[in-house]
Amino acid sequence: MATPSTKPTPLLKHELDIVIPTIRNLDFLEMWRPFFEPYHLIIVQDGDPSKTIKVPDGFDYELYNRNDINRILGPKASCISFKDSACRCFGYMVSKKKYIFTIDDDCFVAKDPSGKEINALEQHIKNLLSPSTPLFFNTLYDPYREGADFVRGYPFSLREGVHTAVSHGLWLNIPDYDAPTQLVKPRERNTRYVDAVLTVPKGTLFPMCGMNLAFDRELIGPAMYFGLMGDGQPIGRYDDMWAGWCMKVICDHMGWGVKTGLPYIWHSKASNPFVNLKKEYKGIYWQEELIPFFQSCVLPKECTTVQQCYLELAKQVKAKLSKVDPYFDKLAEAMVTWIEAWDELNSAGQNSEKKPNAAAK
Amino acid sequence: MALEHIDDSEVDIVIVALQSDLTSFLNAWRPLFSRFHLIIVQDPDLKGELKIPQGFDHRVYTKSDIDQVIGPTTSIVFSGYSCRYFGYLVSRKKYIISVDDDCLPAKDNDGNLTNAVSQHLANLTTPATPFFFNTLYDPFREGADFVRGYPFSLRSGVDCALSCGLWLNLADYDAPTQALKPEHRNSHYVDAVMTVPAGTLMPISGINIAFNRALVGPALFPGLKLTGEGKLRWETIEDIWCGMCVKVICDHLSIGVKTGLPYVFRSDKGNPIESLKKEWEGVKKMEEIIPFFQSVRLPRTATTAEDCLLEMAKSVKDRLGGTDPLFARAAEAMVEWVKIWKAAGASHSTPGV
Repeated sequence: MATPSTKPTPLLKHELDIVIPTIRNLDFLEMWRPFFEPYHLIIVQDGDPSKTIKVPDGFDYELYNRNDINRILGPKASCISFKDSACRCFGYMVSKKKYIFTIDDDCFVAKDPSGKEINALEQHIKNLLSPSTPLFFNTLYDPYREGADFVRGYPFSLREGVHTAVSHGLWLNIPDYDAPTQLVKPRERNTRYVDAVLTVPKGTLFPMCGMNLAFDRELIGPAMYFGLMGDGQPIGRYDDMWAGWCMKVICDHMGWGVKTGLPYIWHSKASNPFVNLKKEYKGIYWQEELIPFFQSCVLPKECTTVQQCYLELAKQVKAKLSKVDPYFDKLAEAMVTWIEAWDELNSAGQNSEKKPNAAAK
Repeated sequence: MALEHIDDSEVDIVIVALQSDLTSFLNAWRPLFSRFHLIIVQDPDLKGELKIPQGFDHRVYTKSDIDQVIGPTTSIVFSGYSCRYFGYLVSRKKYIISVDDDCLPAKDNDGNLTNAVSQHLANLTTPATPFFFNTLYDPFREGADFVRGYPFSLRSGVDCALSCGLWLNLADYDAPTQALKPEHRNSHYVDAVMTVPAGTLMPISGINIAFNRALVGPALFPGLKLTGEGKLRWETIEDIWCGMCVKVICDHLSIGVKTGLPYVFRSDKGNPIESLKKEWEGVKKMEEIIPFFQSVRLPRTATTAEDCLLEMAKSVKDRLGGTDPLFARAAEAMVEWVKIWKAAGASHSTPGV
């Protein structure tokens, strides 16, 4: 029996960090203020570190630019992308909280069909705090939501569900299409509000978008590496995809769930499809090799921590994907560097090194 | 969705009459059903003539028709909701749509009556995408598409074999769930269709369903019959058992199953607490069969729905038959069904018996 919560959703303001990568400005935070102000923000400033990014007054935040990243990680900073929003994963690494919510700086508050403003963070928290059901598909979607339940035929032994590791939100207005689709359908807008949350079944992969995403950092954090993208790299716009495929394989192995659906945010900016095409071009071909790789990936049962799973994945990437392109050799090494950096920063008594240069409030 | 390419003559609507007076039911569905041929199967336990309003092209099948086609087999008994499979058997159409006789057309969030028939047919005639999950749901719906990161080689999709619709008002919960929340009604209209991924099992409800008979027809069959099976959905799991087999077969044949729209409005009926006594057996049986369905694999040589069903029957007999005679009987019924299906198909090339 699913028992939907009629209690108010806990704020978790001391247990959740909001990670925002930015290269422009943080004006979008004004619209989010009523929902975000209680929380601590981790701003990861991409691009020129000499530029000052103003954070609107009243927010409690820490801000890291490239100089901070280099200082804190030393040579291991090589695993953090430059000139790509993939750098956001540095924010995951330095956070000390149990949960992370990450959002892009061109994402605004959306409205539901009744016209009410959507508190995306609250919905993500609801998703993360209720179980997932990856082992059997419930045709009425998330059975733990108010107004829903398990349908006839759903095995009772599977109704307790499993821990939810990731909550993947969606976007109204500008949909997250790839460059070819954008070029063919420049005017298409996502106007369909699908009032559902559902668990992505075990063994099924999906494209994870990093625009509106929350996760249990204590559970899955080390698997949320967003890869090598941007400056000096042959590929872009596959950072969240890469993280999502690694994450899903590991969640399936560890017995955790991934939810997708609500909440929606309003995605305001359509990036230039020609620029996108150049970034994605190799990914479109490489993807065809990557997908069978991830679909057939088996992690040995000796891998009992996320770090172990991730290092094993890195090994398999090196062994099986190097032939696709030498990039994957580099990526596999960066994956190892990431885990080393994660473990260094996240073992006890390692806090003093990580204070940012920019003023933190 | 454009339906120009589907002829009305390619569709049969199969209804089981559990009540004699179908007037209000059919009148409610008239705008959507009247174009199509109706196969109405009268529950053999329901005596007397059915009351059917004018204006429908239909044929009623009664106990004597069933006996004539099925013959003296004792392993398959058509009774209650499972009568619909007889309707599937005698149909000669490519697409079948079937709804329970206590369901009415539903309204969407704007208060407009929805067209369950055209939605089912749209689901069946656009590809399914079982090998990778699209986060914007069915990419073939108007206003949607594949998202960034969806592999291009998987974008042509596969044939959709099954369209599983949902229910407003009385949702298809089991008796314990409904008994615990007696006032609860489903008012949640979720505007989505999606493909259930390959390798994922689900409860397929028979209340509001459509399928491509040419692709999977024989795979839908009333195999598992509970000893205390009743006339209310809470008291059966025949569609659930059938659906698990069909999903395994679809996954094996690389064809798709969609779920979501359309909704139907399901009227209040019955008392879940009374049904609890009968359904308990079904709930227990489900627990036994889950590991079986999660692990059953069909051989590569099985390339048709009939072959797949026979292989399923073999596996059911070998792996479950020993634990409970119920499963041994189900396996027999499945084998019998394939024989009957082949015989019925071979000897009749025109619609009807």
